[in-house]
Amino acid sequence: MKLMQLQRTMARAVMQPLTSSERMQRRAPDGGPMKRYASRFIKPNDRLTSFERLEIYNRQYWFRVLSALGEDFPGLRAVLGERRFDAMAKAYLIANPSRSFTLRNLGGRMESWLRKNPKWAGPHQNLALDIARLEWADIEAFDGKAEPALRPEDLVNAAGPRLKLILQPYVRLLSFRYPVDDLLLEVRKEDDDTDFASNTFAEHRKRKRVRAVAKLKAAQIYLAVHRIDYSVYFRRIEPEEFSLLTALRQGKTLAAAVESAFRRSKIAPEERPLQVQTWFQTWATLGWFSRPEKKRAAS
Amino acid sequence: MAANRFNGFTDYGIGIGLRAPHYDHILTRKPVVDWFEIISENFMIDGGRPLHILDQILEQYKVVQHGVSMYFGSAEKLNREHLRRLKELVQRTKTPWLSDHLCWGSVDGRYTHDLLPMPYTFEAARITAQKVREVQDFLEIPIAVENVSSYAEYHDSEMTEWEFLNEVVERADCGILLDVNNIYVSSQNHSFNPFDYVNSVPAHRVAQIHIAGHSKYRKYILDTHDHPVIDPVWKLYERAIQRAGHTATLLEWDDSIPSFKEVHDEALKANKFLRATALAEAV
Repeated sequence: MKLMQLQRTMARAVMQPLTSSERMQRRAPDGGPMKRYASRFIKPNDRLTSFERLEIYNRQYWFRVLSALGEDFPGLRAVLGERRFDAMAKAYLIANPSRSFTLRNLGGRMESWLRKNPKWAGPHQNLALDIARLEWADIEAFDGKAEPALRPEDLVNAAGPRLKLILQPYVRLLSFRYPVDDLLLEVRKEDDDTDFASNTFAEHRKRKRVRAVAKLKAAQIYLAVHRIDYSVYFRRIEPEEFSLLTALRQGKTLAAAVESAFRRSKIAPEERPLQVQTWFQTWATLGWFSRPEKKRAAS
Repeated sequence: MAANRFNGFTDYGIGIGLRAPHYDHILTRKPVVDWFEIISENFMIDGGRPLHILDQILEQYKVVQHGVSMYFGSAEKLNREHLRRLKELVQRTKTPWLSDHLCWGSVDGRYTHDLLPMPYTFEAARITAQKVREVQDFLEIPIAVENVSSYAEYHDSEMTEWEFLNEVVERADCGILLDVNNIYVSSQNHSFNPFDYVNSVPAHRVAQIHIAGHSKYRKYILDTHDHPVIDPVWKLYERAIQRAGHTATLLEWDDSIPSFKEVHDEALKANKFLRATALAEAV
């Protein structure tokens, strides 16, 4: 067998889903018996059949990718529940096998896939989409690029309505239909306690989570997922702040961004200048703006 | 013999893997450690805490990069994005050599994230060696390929694993990261004498040695990196350094990770064998 053919044959078997009892399926990817499929290319030894040797890799593959996805989406697991999450994760990985050299990117298509496959989220479709989006933003904010922060001197001779400000690449701006930031922080707090958890405590925790999800009321929120000292934080922002920052990220001038931010705002016109000033002070303190490239090259 | 062109003519001593549970200990206590090995893929990112930690480590320690997903043995072409990011990291760490596994793990752009065993064929050796050369040319540093633990063998194999390793490294003109735990695990799973393997490796190409623990099951052994090194593996290590000399040695401990001290103490047990070998050479 040529190398490519052998690798395709083995990969199809290794990536084929396990049975409900976490064993290799008896039916092979080509529809025939897996025993025959495995014995075509894997040698048996005095302790293990070809099937059993191939099964080691099949199980390792699924344990590894399912565990990676579970670690990245503890909030989604809490929303869906253990059993539904496990079934969903399996279906997701069948549809979206890793196409990256790093497991970090495994969940990158979770939100869009859940949107196209609503049956996996059950009664909590919108909540599931929200939490999946937040958890992915958390991953991207954690190791996203940070450019040198904007300094006051960078704005000398630059102020004016045509000024363009650049948001740090790691800052993520998101709107949600549910207050999923609170939910995710609660889930993480509980997970931090697991080291000391007894079985009884784990059961209690599970019930508490189910209650928390069931009670969660829809409420539109706007979030900036960002970093301070290399730790990720969720900062709730006003709808106008969200619009303004989003417009800046899209490359609009400061004047155009401010105008679009207040288009449907209930904030009184006379209060807006002070409000904008306060926001900019906060954003600058948090280092959300990066230096323009020309300024960086010059310094 | 140990400082050679495959490890950038360095003599690094005994290192351990840089793992997240030990970050605080290392950065606050600043323990004396010869060097750290990092998993390249954990730092092939754009920014954030991992790179911040790495930069602090680089200020005080020597670091060598070890990869887990280059897949020299995959029949498909190399992933250019992977190579680009890897080169950025190489420039950051200034690693004197870089290692990855003699295995495959991706096909048609799909990644298994596993170290799948090679068929020991001449075709596979030719393809693998060509890819090692491409990576070596692109990164402009020496490459060492590591033998993996395996749980399966193929009907197609035309030679032993060590003959295959030799075929690849000679064709690629690259170094070897000799993992003596992996040799032990595979020898138990495939019923061969592990000393035949160690004795057949071209000693002048050994850039680095890995030691580790594993898990024993009823019918096979799994390479889990979650236990201390067992005596038979130390014996293989002893033989390896008798042949290769005082070689950069690294203990891998990746699961159920104990305290920094426990991991480091386990690694330092290698000193006993290194001293004995040095003494024997002097005599």
